[in-house]
Amino acid sequence: MPDNTDLLLRRILTDVLGLKPGQADQFDEQTGLFGHLPELDSMAVAGLLTELEDRLDIVIDDDEIEGEMLETYGGLLAFAEAKRAG
Amino acid sequence: MIPTSWPCPLPGGGTCEEAALQFDEARPVRLLIVPALFDEANRLRRFAVELMRRLDRLGIDSFLPDLPGCTESLQPLDMQDPTDWLDAMAAAALHFGATHAMGVRGGCLLTPNRLPALHYAPVKGASILRQMIRARILSAREAGREESREQLAALAVSEGVTLSGYSLGADFYRHFEPMIPARDALVIVQEQLGASGLWLRAEPGEDAAQAEALAVILHRELSA
Repeated sequence: MPDNTDLLLRRILTDVLGLKPGQADQFDEQTGLFGHLPELDSMAVAGLLTELEDRLDIVIDDDEIEGEMLETYGGLLAFAEAKRAG
Repeated sequence: MIPTSWPCPLPGGGTCEEAALQFDEARPVRLLIVPALFDEANRLRRFAVELMRRLDRLGIDSFLPDLPGCTESLQPLDMQDPTDWLDAMAAAALHFGATHAMGVRGGCLLTPNRLPALHYAPVKGASILRQMIRARILSAREAGREESREQLAALAVSEGVTLSGYSLGADFYRHFEPMIPARDALVIVQEQLGASGLWLRAEPGEDAAQAEALAVILHRELSA
């Protein structure tokens, strides 16, 4: 089965950021997230992580949450893929 | 739509006036809407009012009361207990002569027992607190402080805690955490509205199509 984490992650960001369909397709590895998008404050990030847990069927410990994984799209994708791989 | 008020019972006896929005044409179906809680209340406020406008057009009366300690209320939030909120919503239902109740997200934990209830995207108390604690840990970390979930939970049940700007008393936290939505309610899931939930949005948004979809579902269920 091909890994659909990338697709799911773009969908979650679309929902959280209220993006237009297709807008998240333009995100690349370097696209800035937390600290770059003013609407992505700590409450929004907490919501984003809860959605990641629900939709990717993973559990994220608070200790695992660090600046690097939230800083760019690439960082968050790498984290989500690693979590799903178990 | 008319802003109004209703007598809300105070824990020590007596009442205080709390605000509500209403569409009241003395029609047979009268829906009490129990709002979403905390941050989600802000993000879903406009959606709730948009829903009420559509219900009005479909011939349904609706009422959106404030919870004591929230929105326009003069009561202190840190003195509230979930049982006060349950009493408040039961009193609002009685005052407005509601025939049905609909909870929105965390509001599903507070729909009065004696009314047939519909639950839109219900959520458990523990899930709400978990996310609020996570937000606090993240913002503390951003400010260069380390806080742990265990430490915050211990503080919450001993002296109360402020999460996302909401001051929650120790009793509130203890009583709210185990709360789950009643099992006999009719659940409306987000997928039925054809788009993602507005509570997920980082900024408050609106979606006319979703409000319309929910109004149509409610009209179908309540007119049956």
